[in-house]
Amino acid sequence: MEYVIKTDRLTKRFGDFTATNEITFEVEKAEIFGFLGANGAGKTTAMRMLCGLSIPSSGTATVAGFDVYKQTEEIKRNIGYMSQRFSLYEDLTVQENIRFFGGIYGLSNREIKTKGEDLLEQLGLKNEAKKLVASLPLGWKQKLSFSVAVLHQPKIVFLDEPTGGVDPVTRRQFWDLIYEASAKGITVFVTTHYMDEAEYCNRISIMVDGKIEALDTPANLKSQFKASSMDQVFYQLARGAKRSD
Amino acid sequence: MEQFINFVKKEFAHVWRDKKTLLILFGMPVIQILIFGFALTNEVKNSEIIVMDQAKDQASQQIIHRIAASRYFDIQRSVMNNEQMEAAFKKGEIKVAVVFPAGFNESLLHQRKAQIQILADASDPNTASMLTNYVSSIIQDYQNSIDKTAAISYSIVPEIRMLYNPQLKGAPNFVPGVMALVLMLVCVMMTAISIVKEKETGTMEVLLVSPFSPLLVILSKAIPYLILSLINVASILLLSVYVLDLPVNGSVILLFAESTLFIITCLSLGIFISVKTNSQQMAMLISLMGMFLPTVLFSGFMFPIENMPYALQIISNLVPAKWFYLIVKSIMIKGLGFSAIWKETLILGGITLVLLVVSLKSFKIRLA
Repeated sequence: MEYVIKTDRLTKRFGDFTATNEITFEVEKAEIFGFLGANGAGKTTAMRMLCGLSIPSSGTATVAGFDVYKQTEEIKRNIGYMSQRFSLYEDLTVQENIRFFGGIYGLSNREIKTKGEDLLEQLGLKNEAKKLVASLPLGWKQKLSFSVAVLHQPKIVFLDEPTGGVDPVTRRQFWDLIYEASAKGITVFVTTHYMDEAEYCNRISIMVDGKIEALDTPANLKSQFKASSMDQVFYQLARGAKRSD
Repeated sequence: MEQFINFVKKEFAHVWRDKKTLLILFGMPVIQILIFGFALTNEVKNSEIIVMDQAKDQASQQIIHRIAASRYFDIQRSVMNNEQMEAAFKKGEIKVAVVFPAGFNESLLHQRKAQIQILADASDPNTASMLTNYVSSIIQDYQNSIDKTAAISYSIVPEIRMLYNPQLKGAPNFVPGVMALVLMLVCVMMTAISIVKEKETGTMEVLLVSPFSPLLVILSKAIPYLILSLINVASILLLSVYVLDLPVNGSVILLFAESTLFIITCLSLGIFISVKTNSQQMAMLISLMGMFLPTVLFSGFMFPIENMPYALQIISNLVPAKWFYLIVKSIMIKGLGFSAIWKETLILGGITLVLLVVSLKSFKIRLA
């Protein structure tokens, strides 16, 4: 099995506070990996370390085969990222956003042109290409944001609560895009608060107070915790949490 | 390089699309120049004046003609007694009056000395002293002119020359001041806000996760504001030359070079503020309180630094705008070259270097 993310006792401390405490896990190529946990459980810190934004305090990790201590530049070239705030420029048009983000991820102008057109076609946004992003409905912004994050065909895409504040139908459509990306071989690392989304993942890990307390497929976790839904699994684990926002 | 140009283009697009920013960027310098040039001027033009000519001789008539011809005064009317004059003062019709005693010409010719009375409404002391100065200088002028035609001088005239600003115009002082102020506001506030805005909307995170180097992110954010600020410098200079009749006496190229240095100072301050704050309001508040006030107070263009307590004089040395103000004044008004301002330039350059290093360092620390 090919692992694109591999961590071993990865830890981040801020002074006395251990945000992420010795987490160890692997993510396979093209897997959709759900990263769950209550607010303050340490998800964001872990994700920042994997994206090369934050240097770990101890432990080891590789992302796309590169070391998170020394090869952050190489990591950045091989990942895509989408945050809960959609990360598009509202005062730029759809096309300008595609051009800009394609550019900073190192695509040439020619690549941006062809890939950008494919993308507009695929999303059915051809007629909106010259409209400001601010005028698009939330669901469209999200899809566009995701498509922009994978435009340069990264090995892994990190999604930080990508579907916050969106209705279930749009959420379902958004997940179609995620499956498509996964089918193309892109690994998806996603954090979420929605338990219906957790069910869509291949495997999920649940963090409590900086530690990974459970890691398996949704079906296995449900039988392990004798629960009928992921909601119940999550509450059983999160009830013991000492810290929150 | 292609990426970098793309990024700069995107920054320009942000500025163009935001009409409010555009208005602040280009409207502010124009409005400030016009306000300082015409409304806040400490020149007094067309003041109502009364003359009481009890002499009615050649000398008094000639002086009255000169007063009438001056653009500082409008002769409201002539009165013949003190009561009328007093009434006009009380009603606020006039600010100043000139009284020629009877036999004015006579005593000037024979005793080579004559008296003249200037009365001013000193409830506004600044205006009063300004107006009496104007009147005395007109009288002085007249004295000089009769001195030339006569073999012997009529009185001793102290020579007063106002260096660099013979007409005591207000404009020379404030144009360099407004330049410092506008650049400070535009560069510091706009860069700080544009970077913090990306933090607020979450796009900064994406930029940092991308392979695009963080230093280039900062650089491409700063470059559009450098260019826009240089346009502002040009527009301020054009306004001052063509609207306020204030020529640039020194080298324009040197002036632009020094302005670029000061703009870089301001940009590094803007970056520093943006690293330390997390919301646009906060960035704006700090820029205004932290930059605008010291610039107005300590650059020397509104309040003379020489009159301040010693401690404040020392503090004023830390304000970059003070040095820029001195530099611009030297180039623009005194027409001096680089040899006269290298010290100020060196100090400004030093401050810039420190700010640049500190702000880039703190930007990196935030990343780790």
